[in-house]
Amino acid sequence: MNITIDINGKDVTAAIEPRVTLLDFVRDVAGLKGTHAGCEHGVCGACTVLLDGEAVRSCLILAAQAEGSQITTIEAVDGTTRQPGELSIIQDAFCESHGLQCGYCTPGMVLAAKTLLQHNPTPSREQVRDAISGNICRCTGYVQIIDAIMLAAERLQGRNQPADGA
Amino acid sequence: MKSASFDYIRPDTLDAVCACLASHPDARIIAGGQSLVPMLAMRLARPSLVIDIAHIDGLSAIRDDDSAVVIGAMVRQAKALSDPLVAKHLPLLAKALTHVGHPPTRARGTVGGSLVHADPSAEIPLVAVTLGASLRMRDAGEDVEFHAEEFFIGPMLTMTPPTACLFEICFAKPTCAYVGTGFHEVAARRSDYALAAAAAHIEADDAGVVQDLRLAIGGISDFPQRLPIDIHIDLSAGMADLGTSLTTAIDAALDDVDIVEDMHASASYRRRVAAELARRAVDDALREIAQDLS
Repeated sequence: MNITIDINGKDVTAAIEPRVTLLDFVRDVAGLKGTHAGCEHGVCGACTVLLDGEAVRSCLILAAQAEGSQITTIEAVDGTTRQPGELSIIQDAFCESHGLQCGYCTPGMVLAAKTLLQHNPTPSREQVRDAISGNICRCTGYVQIIDAIMLAAERLQGRNQPADGA
Repeated sequence: MKSASFDYIRPDTLDAVCACLASHPDARIIAGGQSLVPMLAMRLARPSLVIDIAHIDGLSAIRDDDSAVVIGAMVRQAKALSDPLVAKHLPLLAKALTHVGHPPTRARGTVGGSLVHADPSAEIPLVAVTLGASLRMRDAGEDVEFHAEEFFIGPMLTMTPPTACLFEICFAKPTCAYVGTGFHEVAARRSDYALAAAAAHIEADDAGVVQDLRLAIGGISDFPQRLPIDIHIDLSAGMADLGTSLTTAIDAALDDVDIVEDMHASASYRRRVAAELARRAVDDALREIAQDLS
């Protein structure tokens, strides 16, 4: 069947089998490998993308179901205006707080954090834990990931204030 | 993990869904897909046809129907969780939804899908049984209705007729002046399958006398079940001291439940935990009412 999905603001069209998941569509058809394939049955959260702005598991959605929706992947986490290699505020916070080691869970964590901070700009640590409860990390022990998201929340709050505090 | 091949169709009417089910007896309906897609991936389900009901008009609304709140079959769990009608009239459902999966699965998973999937440890079927919800289905050109208490007959087994499609779930609004609810579960990890869960919905009249006490347990048997509790409770003078009457009643009710065991928990563990969670759920609900009365 022919499917068209808006991924990061661009329509991607392909003839696919109905069994192809949104995850495989993003990685193999659109060629965006930042979305990671982990367990492929909805347990690990590595494949998290944003569907109409909400974090979802791309392995639990058929590509056909996503037709007509806007998909945002980690490549466009902060819009598409940044240059390749330039990090968003949340990604920067992950680097600074050592919120990643091997990096496999990171795209999912960053997108889960983005959804949380959109709904709740000043989350408690408990709310952060809840937001990433569906994302498994086998390296960090989660503490630095929570630190990173708290740091990102703080920075996103201060974003529009003048640097000198005037 | 990749699913086996299947065909995919997006009908735009319920009758067309029924016709597809009639022509493909092994077809599966997909709503949010948060239970079906993992089953496809693990090849526990190998349907020849997947029928997507997301494009049928009118299934995504929550409506106020005088004495009831009616939730369409495509209403996402996240939407129900943030819905003012649910918050006002179905506080037990709102409490339970926070335990359903994680934010990313709630963004896609539906209230109706969880009901017809009928996982024995799922929260929404437990709430439906507690509140005595009705499931309305379309089958062969007619509407049929099932009461939640008669709907679940085994692990992932329901009374759904082979060619029927759920279109809405009807939850009656509370009728008494005061309402209290409680929901507790124990799972290995946050939002994982409940090893035991308990839900309580209690209504009391103007004078603070409990008129309706509904308690149910999930996760410990093949499907969620009501525990009949017949105790006179008067909250007019604040939180009542029930002594051992409640725990005795819960224990007696659990004697009639066929408790399962598996690699995660023994039957005796599940029973002990369920009894305590049931007590806490009732306690929470009574405290809410006592607080509103004072």
